[in-house]
Amino acid sequence: MFKLIKQLTSLVAMIAVLFTFTTGTMAAGKSKTLKNTTKKGFVRCGVSQGLPGFSNADAAGNWTGVDVDVCRAVAAAVLGDASKVKFTPLSAKERFTALTSNEIDILSRNTTWTLSRDADIGLTFVGVNFYDGQGFMVRKNSGYSSVNDFKDGISACTNLGTTTELNMRDFFNSKGIKYEPVTFEKADEVVAAYDAGRCDTYTTDKSGLAAQRIKLSNPDDHIVLPETISKEPLGPVVRQGDSVWEDIVRWSLNVMIEAEEYGVNSGNADSMKSSDNPAVKRLVGAEGELGAALGLDNDWSLRIIKQVGNYGESYKRNIADTGILPDRGPNELWTKGGILYVPPAR
Amino acid sequence: MNFNFKKLLPQTLTILVVILVFGFFTYNAQVNMENRGIAFGYGFLSQESSFDVQFSLIEFDGSHSYFRAYLVGLLNTILVSVIGIVLATIIGVVVGIARLSKNYLIERTAAVYVEFFRNIPLLLQIFFWYFAALRALPLPQKAEPMLGVFFLTIKGFFVPSFVWNNLDVFIYSIIAAIISIIFVRIYAKKKQETEGKQTPVLYISIGLLLILPLLSFVLGGSSFSIEIPVLKQMSQTSFTYEGGIGLPPELIALALALSLYTATFIAECVRAGVQGVGKGQKEAAASIGLTPNQVLKLVVMPQALRIIIPPTTNQYLNLTKNSSLAAAIAYPDLVLVFAGTALMQTGRAIEIVSITMLTYLSLSITISIFMNWYNKKIAIKEK
Repeated sequence: MFKLIKQLTSLVAMIAVLFTFTTGTMAAGKSKTLKNTTKKGFVRCGVSQGLPGFSNADAAGNWTGVDVDVCRAVAAAVLGDASKVKFTPLSAKERFTALTSNEIDILSRNTTWTLSRDADIGLTFVGVNFYDGQGFMVRKNSGYSSVNDFKDGISACTNLGTTTELNMRDFFNSKGIKYEPVTFEKADEVVAAYDAGRCDTYTTDKSGLAAQRIKLSNPDDHIVLPETISKEPLGPVVRQGDSVWEDIVRWSLNVMIEAEEYGVNSGNADSMKSSDNPAVKRLVGAEGELGAALGLDNDWSLRIIKQVGNYGESYKRNIADTGILPDRGPNELWTKGGILYVPPAR
Repeated sequence: MNFNFKKLLPQTLTILVVILVFGFFTYNAQVNMENRGIAFGYGFLSQESSFDVQFSLIEFDGSHSYFRAYLVGLLNTILVSVIGIVLATIIGVVVGIARLSKNYLIERTAAVYVEFFRNIPLLLQIFFWYFAALRALPLPQKAEPMLGVFFLTIKGFFVPSFVWNNLDVFIYSIIAAIISIIFVRIYAKKKQETEGKQTPVLYISIGLLLILPLLSFVLGGSSFSIEIPVLKQMSQTSFTYEGGIGLPPELIALALALSLYTATFIAECVRAGVQGVGKGQKEAAASIGLTPNQVLKLVVMPQALRIIIPPTTNQYLNLTKNSSLAAAIAYPDLVLVFAGTALMQTGRAIEIVSITMLTYLSLSITISIFMNWYNKKIAIKEK
């Protein structure tokens, strides 16, 4: 019985792939990346070297996280199988070079969207999958309860290759505080040095602080201060110049967020085909020709929702249930008091 | 004519191929960068850097340019390399000679040290010294003062600093002392060659080095006061030291790891050099009445150095290049500051990596040229 199901699913997957090939030829002809991806049979995805909740590999080498799910969604849409992703762990320093030199096709690695990155170095940001901001972690017994308690001489540990150093300088400068920046190449060493007492505070994106706090010897002895000193919209990046691929990645992400908005999830996606709401029907491919516009078949979005889930499911699975950031904060839908708001899929 | 042509053809072809290959890669890079919309240029060097550096020899903050950030990184790389080379040489020579000791315990200890440190990857040693130091060192508020004024803490080694009045007079006096010592040496050599009499150069030199700076205090108006680091409380449990000079633990750990590692190789060079001098040489020197010290100074060392210098030059080059591992433990060297933060902020990978590579190349060549000059100076002069 199981074998039969397995065979059936692989048959369906194959048909789906074939379908993608035939219907996708028009747009695929224009997109080199799409063509290469279908030819290779997997999506090449650049991720972090290990940031719990965002992109992290377990002992068996299975990658999980909200950044990972973006790549899985694209694989589900393009190849029909969310598991057909090859992950490349990248340091902050390597990430853009890996993308522009064609080693990966999507960079989904908690990367802040800024003007200079978008405009200057051959990259295109396609959206935001996590709204973050830089914060500070301190020891509970230090008596710091706000960044306003910081005084001259404070030493701050951080890691290289983000906007962290710039934000840190802007912040301390505006407060007129003399500080000692201690910048490491990798996050693991920052955690070890901060844990040993080398620094009074550890500053990086708040999501990162929450994730790294678990690695400290006594996580409960540390708190993240309430203030946020910068805007860090994190999102997937693609190479500049392939607009079809850009659209595919953008809308793979948007569909996940919109699915949550309309209450479509991995469990009920199939039954939603008979929904009364045309927006929902379009989302599960029962109405309209949205896939064709992207050079994909019409079930692309259904596969994303069924195989990866909507944004809320992804967040719950990776970030909330792991105890990293149970509170969604700004990463809640606009209809529920957050700022997640995506253009409509129609 | 025909002969010349035959000789020139392969060389011309080789050069042509090299130029073509190089040109192809440059062209390829240019086209690809254009296709991806990447601008190329070194203009960013004059832009504001907008980041701070933990430790620098020249004044630096985010309002300075990327070029100055480059200088900060370069100077830090040179600083740790110089400290490392000096320490590695001292340890290396001592251990190398200990390896030749007739005392079993000393010889074995030196051998174990060499085998242990040269067979563990340097990066691991750097991590070991850094994190071992961080675990072992006390928090600033718990540090016991050494001699009342030095504080070795997890946040760094805090030492008193000198605050000078009329520092320039003092520096001139030292320069004057050095110049006089050179003259004394020339005079002593002449006297030795013409009259065969020896002059106590060492005592005169020490005297000059003491008396002239002393005069600068008495007559020149030089003076200094000492600023001792003072503990400062920032919050209930956060402390640091103010005043004096704070050497970051990263610098200390890196210099320690680099010199202990490289010293093992230098020790082996020294051992090989001393063992390479023929036994007959020493016996001959002793037979013409030279004291053991003179034998070492005038006969053994000059010949041993010829064997020691070339491989030791390699070790100096290795140490300088290995200092780029600093980025792992947050010592702000060239790689961390320039090929790290500056690269990340500007995204100018090709430009920055090319500058960094050229810089290391120039550093290495400078060391090579100096060591080759020194090697030539001590080489056998055929008459």
